[in-house]
Order: sequence, then structure tokens, then C-alpha cells
Amino acid sequence: MSQTQTSPGKPVGIDAVILWIFLAIGSMFALIIAAKTPDDLMRVHALIFLTAFIIAGFAMIARQYKAQKDEGPYMMGIVKVGVGLSAFWGVVGFLVGVIIALQLAYPNFMYIEEWGWTNFGRLRPLHTSAVIFAFGGTVLITTSFYVVQRTSRARLAGGIAPWFVFWGYQLFIIIAATGYLMGVTQSREYAEPEWYADIWLTIVWVAYLLVYLGTLWKRKEPHIYVANWFYLAFIVTVALLHVVNNLAMPVSLIETRSYSLFAGVQDALTQWWYGHNAVGFFLTAGFLGIMYYFIPKRAERPVYSYRLSIVHFWSLIFIYIWAGPHHLHYTALPEWAQTLGMTFSVMLWMPSWGGMINGLMTLSGAWDKIRTDPVIRMMIVSVAFYGMSTFEGPLMAVRAVNSLSHYTEWTIGHVHSGALGWVGYISFGALYCLAQWAWGRKKLYSNALVEWHFWISTVGILLYISSMWVAGILEGLWWRSYDELGFLQYSFIQTVEAKHIYFVIRALGGTMFLVGALIMCYNLWKTARGDVLDEKPKQAGGKAPAMAPAE
Amino acid sequence: MLDRHAFLEKHSGPLVAAILFVVSIGGLVEIAPLFYLENTIEEVEGVRPYTPLELAGRDIYIREGCYVCHSQMIRPLRDEVERYGHYSLAAESMYDHPFQWGSKRTGPDLARVGGKYSDEWQRQHLIDPRSLVPGSVMPPYAFLDKTKLEFDRLDTHLIANRRVGVPYTDEQIANAQEDLKLQAGYFLAEDFEGFEERWPDVSYPAFMDKREITELDALIAYLQVLGTMVDFSTYEAENPDNLR
Repeated sequence: MSQTQTSPGKPVGIDAVILWIFLAIGSMFALIIAAKTPDDLMRVHALIFLTAFIIAGFAMIARQYKAQKDEGPYMMGIVKVGVGLSAFWGVVGFLVGVIIALQLAYPNFMYIEEWGWTNFGRLRPLHTSAVIFAFGGTVLITTSFYVVQRTSRARLAGGIAPWFVFWGYQLFIIIAATGYLMGVTQSREYAEPEWYADIWLTIVWVAYLLVYLGTLWKRKEPHIYVANWFYLAFIVTVALLHVVNNLAMPVSLIETRSYSLFAGVQDALTQWWYGHNAVGFFLTAGFLGIMYYFIPKRAERPVYSYRLSIVHFWSLIFIYIWAGPHHLHYTALPEWAQTLGMTFSVMLWMPSWGGMINGLMTLSGAWDKIRTDPVIRMMIVSVAFYGMSTFEGPLMAVRAVNSLSHYTEWTIGHVHSGALGWVGYISFGALYCLAQWAWGRKKLYSNALVEWHFWISTVGILLYISSMWVAGILEGLWWRSYDELGFLQYSFIQTVEAKHIYFVIRALGGTMFLVGALIMCYNLWKTARGDVLDEKPKQAGGKAPAMAPAE
Repeated sequence: MLDRHAFLEKHSGPLVAAILFVVSIGGLVEIAPLFYLENTIEEVEGVRPYTPLELAGRDIYIREGCYVCHSQMIRPLRDEVERYGHYSLAAESMYDHPFQWGSKRTGPDLARVGGKYSDEWQRQHLIDPRSLVPGSVMPPYAFLDKTKLEFDRLDTHLIANRRVGVPYTDEQIANAQEDLKLQAGYFLAEDFEGFEERWPDVSYPAFMDKREITELDALIAYLQVLGTMVDFSTYEAENPDNLR
């Protein structure tokens, strides 16, 4: 299937034939549904699908007649597009986050009276999906396509298939995001898209797995590098979680609404088995794959311990799956399941820190790079945040702690120390690396701008998580406090009013994180163009905000 | 051990198979028993499927993302039971496809909000929360009061629920639209026959003088039934069958 022929009368490959057939069938379905459906929202989505398929058709015709630029030993075009879109979705996701943070501080912010589209309830899933699936997912697909090629010394398999995976995934994002705004949701946290979007993602995901495995099969290295184990675990397990958690009965095949197959307690545990492992396999295993490639490569040091990577890989993926019930402590879930969930959550601390140690200690003998290379620093701080939130997680999974922390802002703070610190920073580090490597640039446009990004974002994260710790523990304690006569001391609304100032601080922290990401976008753009800012080495104690190298 | 691992590092098929095996165990051990262990769900009296109006309201509750700020799960902790009422039972959400337990209390728990406030309070609060609770951070839902409820095809929603296990009867499905109108208001229904048999214990009409049914009406009907179904006078919390 490899497209190495460069004859002028470019033959149509089997990959293109399959895609043409797929697009034809898909367009037909979309057209029929758009014509037949009694549901306006379904019509909008069917037309979006149809438009996407038509654009894909035109792109394929253009591809047939245009000289291929991207014919090297590695497919780099997809990585370049991926870097751009990752940065774009990052900014979108952070911006929506800032908006909903402001809505909690100032509830009528962006309220439109005759329209529910911008209410918190619809924007919040838009925020979580934009950062996890649009930003995180695009980063994962982009980096995994880069890493699997480099570590296998093989071009991506499947001809046009990687592009199908890439744009198919973007189409899923568009369907999900427009759905949330219009009110199409199945109310399963982090799995809100309705049944047809789920089916579409399943098709894309199977193609993703096949492209990934196909590339591994072509590899010229005898061993599959450790980063690929993590990417594979991420792809395979997310497929399993996604399919089981989204089992549902649609009202009809031409309407958006569906009802989940399971109900009540079984449904709750299925959802949090999914929900926790979306964290475990999407936001952890996948991003550990990034860590295992980009930190050693950037630091020019081997991974600290091969043995540790084996032990922590298998124990991490085995134990993570059990931890879901800690989201359901003291609920109507049977206690034996809660106890299992708590036990495994505490055990999870060890394999998590195994990964942290392996990442941090990779810098052995090169610790000076934390000072001299702000990209390395960003990735190492990311691993430190990973260590911190994987310690906090098991702590919060203990039933006694959870009785205080559950339902409060503490959970939000915990999630964001992992999301902004760990996932965000390791992604930014990888994007900075790829802006150089995919475009073949020797240097970033500006290291000073990376410094600005790093420090503004870091202060932002600290404001965010500390304000949420205070707000969460405050409301947790107030909810359960009694006065001297044995009555509940605070009404619920008093605890809401007390959080106002922390909501404002949180919004400020989030805004700083967004500003940092915008600085990154500018830097990535200039780097990709090949510009290099003339930065003289500064003396220590200079006026620049940068940590000056002290040599 | 490490030598054997080299095999997996050189063969992607067995590597993927091993990953799938390892990640399947936890879910199987924890989730599968919930479907056949009999004491997972308590024996209670009074839990019934949602009426058409309540189901339509529940769809709006889901559509607007109410679950992102409101839990429906009271934990058996002293302060929660005093603040919200009897702790939630598994049986109370046995017909909830999907469950609405929630994960965050930006607003208060709603598991037993039914009957706690009047319909008029709920209406005013949903239209403009800060007119009744000045410190509230809830978004206003005035547009629901101006949006006519679409229920022409509501019977298909009952059928979909029946397919996943909710025991709706043929009569309840056949009369879904009429029952919805009757529950919403006398003036709207044309057929009064048989409502009591189909929906024993459901009080109607919810809104005496309504001429048109809005989305807000359905949402209020749903909120007003939350946590009110179980007959706690016959529920034996200490019975070993009900301890989990």
C-alpha cells in the first residue's frame, strides 16, 4: 500500500478507493437523514457531516492531480497541521474555561435571555470536551503519529488513512461542540456526544489503531519503543471504554436523542469506570507516551530505567481500571465496590510515581538543562505536577477524605493541577519541540517568549489550584458544621456567597494560563516560518524576566 | 521476566492482546456483579416510571446540563440527611436512563427537591434565580418559559425507554401525548378516560390554568417528583436485605 511511486499518471491506490466508497455511502446516509428527520438538530448535524464528506471529496480530487510534497521517509505534513490545530483548540478550550469561570463569579456574564446556548450548563461540557478531546486528543494523535514514525523508522501506514483519522477526529469534535451548544447531550460526563457521534468516533478510532499497528508492522527497529506501549494502551483502552459506556437506545435512527442501556447504579459505575479511565488512559497513558519520547529526546539522555518502565507500565494500566468507584463513595453503590475502588486508588500511587521518577531522573547528568532550556523546564515541571496530582488523587479517594472533598471545588482544583500542570505543560513542551523538528528548525523563534509563557502560566496555575483548594475545603467544612445548639450552622447559599472571591481569583489564574498559551501560539508560528529572534545571552541579574543562564 | 517481556516488545499483536487482557479484569470484577447480585438494589414500594410530562421535563434537565451543577445523590452523612432528607437509595434511580447522580454541588442536591417548594416558586426561580435567592450563581432559564414543549413524538421516547428495561405498559405508551396534556392542565386534554388507572398516585393537573404547555412546565413537573416516589413508611432501612 505504500505510495512510493512518483510516476506522472499517479495511479489511484486501494486506500483512496476505500475512502471514496466510504465517502459515497456516508454522504448518502447524511442526505437521507437530513431529508427525513423530524428533528431540526439532527438535520443540522447531518448537513455538517454531508459538508465534511463533500470537502473531503474535493480534497481527494486535488490530491490526485497535485504533486505530492510530502513524500519523504516520514509523513510530516500531518504533524505540521496537527501542531497548528492543537494550539488552536488549546486556545479555544482555555477561552471557554475563562468564560465559564467568569460566569460562576458573575452569573449573568454572557447571558442571552431568549437563548440557552451560552448558559453554564451547555458551555461547561464544551469546555471540558474542548480541552480534553479537541486539544488533548489532537496533541495525542499528532505526537503519536510523529513518535511512531521516528521510533519505527517507517512512514505512516495506510496511504491516505492517517489523514482520514486526523480529519475524521476533527469532524467528531465539530459535531460534539455544536451539539453541546444546541443542547444535544446524553449527560454522561466526558462522554456527552450522542449515539451517532459515538459511532463516528468508533470508526475513526478503529482506523487510528490500524494505522498505528500498520506502522509498527513496517518498523525497521526490532523493539517497539516504550512510548508506543503507552500510546497503544491509550488507543486500545479508550476504544473499549468508549464502546461500553456509550451503549444506548436511540429514539429512532434519524433523531438525536437516546437513552442509555443501563440505569441507576449499574449505569453510574459504568460511567465512572469510563470517566476515571478517560483520565487514566486518555490524559495519563497517552501523555506518558509523550513524556517517554520528548523528554529523553530533548534532553539527549536515555530513559532513566528500562526495568522501571516495564514494571510501572503494566501495573499502571492494570490498577487504573479498578479506581472508578472512588467517584461514588457513600452513594447507593454497594460498599464492596467502593472499597475495591478506594484500595486500588491508593495502590495506584506507586505506579504513578514510577512514571514520575522515570521522567524526572531521565535528566540525570543533564540537570543544568532546566536552567538553560525553558522547554525542558516546562516538561519537567509538568512531570512534577503529575507527581503532585497523582499523590492528591489517592488521598482524595480515601473515603474519609472524600466525604469532605466530594461535590466541592477541591475536585475542580485537583483536576486542574493535573490538566493545566501535567497535560498542559507536557503538551506545550511537545508542541515547542515539534515546531522545531517537524519544520526542521535549529532553534525556536524565541526562548525568552517560552520563559514568559512558562512563568505567566505557572503563576496562573498556582492561583487556580490554591483558590480552589481554599474554596473546596471551606465549603466542605461549612456544609457539615453545626452550631452550639446542634443545628446546621450555614445555609447552602451562604457557602456559595463565600466562594465569590475564590471564583474571581480562579478566573484570573485561568486568564493567565490563556495568555501564556497565546504567547506560545505566536512563538510556534514564528518558529514554523523559520524566524529566529536575535537574543543575546543575558547577564545574571539583568532586567529580563528570564532566568538568565549563570555561566 | 524481563527476557520474556522482550517477546512483547517485538510482537505488536501479543502486546495489544496483553494490554486488552490486563485492562479488562478490573471492570469485569467490579461492574459485572452489579447486574446479578440481588441486593444491589433495595426492595422498596412506590418507585414507578416517569409520566410522559416528567420524562419530557427530564429530557430538558439533561439538555440544559443541570447535572453539571446539581447532584441527585444524598449520602448517608448526618449533615446531608438533615439538609436534604433521607439518603438516596439505589432503587430510586432504577428507571433512570442515564443516572443523574451528578458529581458536583455548585448548587444544592436535588434528589429530594420534589414538593419542597411550590410550583410558582420553582417557576419564578428558574426564570430569574436572583429574584428569590440574591446570592445565587445559577443561570436564568427565562427562555424555557417562552418555548412551547414539543411532544408530538413523545411516545417514541417511552418506547425507547421500554426497550432498555423501563416497564411502560402498552396503554401508557398509546396515551402518552394525551396523558401529558392532562397532567399539565385540564384545559388542554381532550380525553380524560383512564388516567388514574394508567398513572395511579399521580396527582393532576399540575398547573390549573395553563392553556399552553411550555418546556418550563415539564421541567417543573420533573423537579416536583424527584425523591417523592418511595414510601418510607414501609421501607426497612435496617433489614439485612437492604444493607449493602
